[in-house]
Amino acid sequence: MKTFEFIRAADLKGAIEGAARAKTAQQGADVRFVAGGTTLIDLMKLNVETPAHVIDINRLPLDKVETTPDGGLRIGATVRNSDLAHHPIVKQDYAVLSEALLSGASTQLRNMATTAGNLLQRTRCMYFRETAMPCNKRKPGSGCPAIAGSNRMLAILGASEHCIATNPSDMCVAMAALEATIHVQGPKGSRAIPIAGFHLLPGDTPQRETVLEPGDLITHVTLPAPISGSRQVYLKLRDRASYEFALASAAVVIKIAGGNVINARIALGGVGTKPWRSPAAEAVLLSQPATPANFRKAAEAALRDAKAQSENGFKIELAKRCLAHALQMAAKG
Amino acid sequence: MPTTPPGPGESPVGRSTPRVDGPRKVSGLAQYTSDFNFPGMLYAVPVEATIASGRVVKLDLDTAGKMPGVQAILHRENIGKIFRSVLGQGFDGICEERRPPFEDDVIRYYGQYIALAVADTFENAKAAADAVRVGYTREKPNVETDLKAEDEPNRLVSTFGPKERLQSQRGDADAAFANAPVKLDQTYVTPAETHNPIELHATTAIWDGSRLTLYESSQGVFNLRGVLAQMFGLPKENVQVISRFVGSGFGGKLFPWTQCPLAAAAARQLGKPVKLVLSRKMMFQSVGHRARTQQRVRLGATPDGKLVSLHHDYVYHRSMLDDHHEDCGEATAFHYSVPNLRVAFGRARRNVGATADMRGPGAVPGLYATESALNELADQLKIDPIKLRVLNEPKIDESLNLPFSSRHLLECFEIGAEKFGWSRRNPEVGSMKRDDLTLGWGMAGCTWIAARFPAEASLQLRDDGTARVACGTQDIGTGTYTILAQLASEKTGITLDKIEVALGDTSLPEGPLSGGSMVTGSLVPAVFAAADNAIKSLLTVATTTPGSPFEKRKFDDLAFERGRVFVKADDPARGVPFAHLLQLANLRLVTGNGKSDGSFGDPNAKFSTHSFGCHFVEITWQPEIARLRVSRVVTAIDAGRILNPLAGRNQIEGAVVMGIGMALFEHTSYDRETGAPINSSLADYVMAVNADAPPIDVHFLDYPDKEINQLGARGIGEIGLAGVAAAVTAAVHHATGIRVRELPVKIEDLLT
Ligand SMILES: Cc1cc2nc3c(=O)[nH]c(=O)nc-3n(C[C@H](O)[C@H](O)[C@H](O)COP(=O)(O)OP(=O)(O)OC[C@H]3O[C@@H](n4cnc5c(N)ncnc54)[C@H](O)[C@@H]3O)c2cc1C
Ligand code: SF4
Repeated sequence: MKTFEFIRAADLKGAIEGAARAKTAQQGADVRFVAGGTTLIDLMKLNVETPAHVIDINRLPLDKVETTPDGGLRIGATVRNSDLAHHPIVKQDYAVLSEALLSGASTQLRNMATTAGNLLQRTRCMYFRETAMPCNKRKPGSGCPAIAGSNRMLAILGASEHCIATNPSDMCVAMAALEATIHVQGPKGSRAIPIAGFHLLPGDTPQRETVLEPGDLITHVTLPAPISGSRQVYLKLRDRASYEFALASAAVVIKIAGGNVINARIALGGVGTKPWRSPAAEAVLLSQPATPANFRKAAEAALRDAKAQSENGFKIELAKRCLAHALQMAAKG
Repeated sequence: MPTTPPGPGESPVGRSTPRVDGPRKVSGLAQYTSDFNFPGMLYAVPVEATIASGRVVKLDLDTAGKMPGVQAILHRENIGKIFRSVLGQGFDGICEERRPPFEDDVIRYYGQYIALAVADTFENAKAAADAVRVGYTREKPNVETDLKAEDEPNRLVSTFGPKERLQSQRGDADAAFANAPVKLDQTYVTPAETHNPIELHATTAIWDGSRLTLYESSQGVFNLRGVLAQMFGLPKENVQVISRFVGSGFGGKLFPWTQCPLAAAAARQLGKPVKLVLSRKMMFQSVGHRARTQQRVRLGATPDGKLVSLHHDYVYHRSMLDDHHEDCGEATAFHYSVPNLRVAFGRARRNVGATADMRGPGAVPGLYATESALNELADQLKIDPIKLRVLNEPKIDESLNLPFSSRHLLECFEIGAEKFGWSRRNPEVGSMKRDDLTLGWGMAGCTWIAARFPAEASLQLRDDGTARVACGTQDIGTGTYTILAQLASEKTGITLDKIEVALGDTSLPEGPLSGGSMVTGSLVPAVFAAADNAIKSLLTVATTTPGSPFEKRKFDDLAFERGRVFVKADDPARGVPFAHLLQLANLRLVTGNGKSDGSFGDPNAKFSTHSFGCHFVEITWQPEIARLRVSRVVTAIDAGRILNPLAGRNQIEGAVVMGIGMALFEHTSYDRETGAPINSSLADYVMAVNADAPPIDVHFLDYPDKEINQLGARGIGEIGLAGVAAAVTAAVHHATGIRVRELPVKIEDLLT
């Protein structure tokens, strides 16, 4: 671990100004905010993250969960994953988010992990975490050993020839299905970024993972008002029963009336290079009967563009079953 | 078996006894190796090779050497002399990787230590280690998973002495197999597995002139002392090894690894105590792992299920440096009755870290293969797998031609089947359902060695009514502190709260390795003899001390029970407390020493001594989402008399959970390109967690085996892991129709 300066931010302005000095807010950032630290400190110990300055944002007033005037929810950036998962409104109206959060990591980690930190958690690709190995994401242009190596956990959707790393977050998948908006304050003021436009595909710049620029501080996330009468399910498939990242997961928010699907929002996790919203699956379902056959069709559509790597071909079928089953669970209520 | 704590005057032996060291552990008072700190202590962090095959051609220390707090960067040219230890010295010199660290510039596995940064703080040492730049010539590492036996002679060198590749043979296995009406020929694969005790390997070395003291997380302090004495050219008595508490080892801490001489060499050179604690990643590289095995099992049988032949041919991998023997055939030759048998092995070198014993070494992968083959044969013959085993139950150990000292495997099957409800099993694949789940039921038998290592112990009776029992063995978390106290209490009648236990130190009477599930069995005779001798000494004091109520009595007239000396003819309750007699004689204490001889590997044994048992496993299967979970396990164990049912159950349950991990999750993957154990973290190396641990119903038969010791206690640390994986894979087949013969069973194997 490299020696770094630790700064405890007193207010938003100070935090943003401090971070605006950085050359990038992406891989290689020399200034980093720290929230729960469960991603950042871990990667600093591995020398994957080597910031010279670490700005602690835990004392900023960003830890509230509040309803918004339009009936939605405003979630502060430093709200702990545990607190969010157990929040009564979240459990009631955004069950898919609560379930997704609780399926992630362990109690201890969730007690530390925050909303913003979770949005920005890094891939678990094992080569990314080992500085002795090449990795285009960590060291642009050095190559991607995962393509010929251990890639069982890696992506089947959205990968490029430069990087096939999965976005490992469960929370983000639920937020994608809930159409969350991420609110950022930066040196040039504030802006709101729909979650679908927040994470980037790797393309030929896998080191760039989000649209964030130096000094950008996530202040909160908003969720639109819940779709009344919708049913929500988060289903996560993995080898063991707990404390493991998803091999495939599905977040579904659907509304059924008269046996037909009248609203569907679907996102997949564990399979994409970013939290994977699937308009194709949604289109298949819309206005169609809520039947297992249609659910399977939706799943086929969601995975139509999937591309297998040497070890993870099974994830295509697994993700299909995951989505079809999640839809079935939601339909059953 | 009583499950309540002992009442007044009752012996704790055979009763569920909470750990006597429990309060110290939960309050943080128990000191593990890395908790020891000394004035002026320095911290060492090794530099690991990032190739698995090649040579170091350049070591650039310029930056690292000038970093804050750095005291030295040690490497091949400045580490000072470290000798090799001699191979094959018994439990006094065992070391799997005998090449001393830095001996040459050849890299044979990923993570091999190249240099050692020593600094005033851990952080500074780590930063310096990270700043060392290494130049290599690289060769393509060989981490090929398909194993073919290398061309080697029949007689081989191994860490545990010479071994014959043709391990066991009787009848004419080839001919019998060729003519057998029913045949099975399958190959089973177990992956490399890594020990993952929560406590990392750690060493703190202190030199005082020519004396070396080592705090080490060790399962064998005396062996470590022997190896270190050789490596530093010291008389054994100049080396002391201390290991008071061990946060488990699973076999990985039986024998020393290279960090240990490195810490000692650094302390020697810098004249200060040096502490070296491994990282989790290093735990996957340089401190041993269970070898990958590939085992071909051939069974010949009659149509009604009597075995006529058994071939067990196995190959395992090992590193370029070790001579570890993974004895997969350990149980094969005696576990079943079969007239024609051949067990043989081969081995293959790979660019991996040394292989080593891991809980149930040899027999655990071995029984996975043979028990799986038996289950497959049962399916092939359409007979119940228990019935097949009953049919082939041996009357004697057919490999040694010796009777078993105590074998109650059939009763294990009966009890296990009863508790599990096995008679309700419908053998048809996928036929059993509960709610929306498909059930799979499977079973397998298990066995593990029972023997004694030599052991010594001492016991003191003290003038304040307390006792101290001492033995330089280790408590690796299994309950040895408690067993020693129970044994002392059994003989002296002193209650557990008045018994002090000392262990984990080579300055104490020589005790056994915490390995092979042999500690408890070995300690019984030694502690009992020590207690007898202490009592003798006490009775002599009673008859010779002026003013003693027994001054005029003959030694033989006296007896000692429940802490009191009395005249045999009288009521023991009217006896005199021993503390009283010691006070009268102005003695602080009387001591007795005791010894037990070893029986492990005894060529003149009159009995074949083993423990036995079986597991019944239920899995649930949801094909819609390819979800497989173990939902319950029933285990019946015949391991002699159980001295502490609470600790015993804990051992079996833990082993079963580890068996579930072996069956479904655990494997170390070596990166094909670099040879790195790539999943080297607790997040990426998947083991069973609490949520994977189903209800486990453990039954002990509790038949004493008097061949092992007076109490009839055999060991229970490992047997619970043997056989679990075979029972799980049988259950997987029963539910899914898919036969997985390469562990772990993965989702992709079942997604059809
Ligand atoms: C062993 C393990 C298992 C895990 N398992 C799972 C799992 O199963 N599912 C899952 O979803 N997750 C899992 N996680 C990941 C975990 O959810 C994340 O580590 C956590 O959510 C990160 O939050 P944090 O607050 O600790 O982030 P930090 O580590 O504090 O920060 C992460 C990143 O976000 C940046 N950041 C933080 N706050 C802000 C802000 N307000 N504005 C701008 N940038 C900010 C930091 O600079 C840093 O780059 C696991 C983690 C571990 C270590
Ligand atoms: S998949 Fe991406 S993160 Fe992994 S090694 Fe390749 S470039 Fe690096």
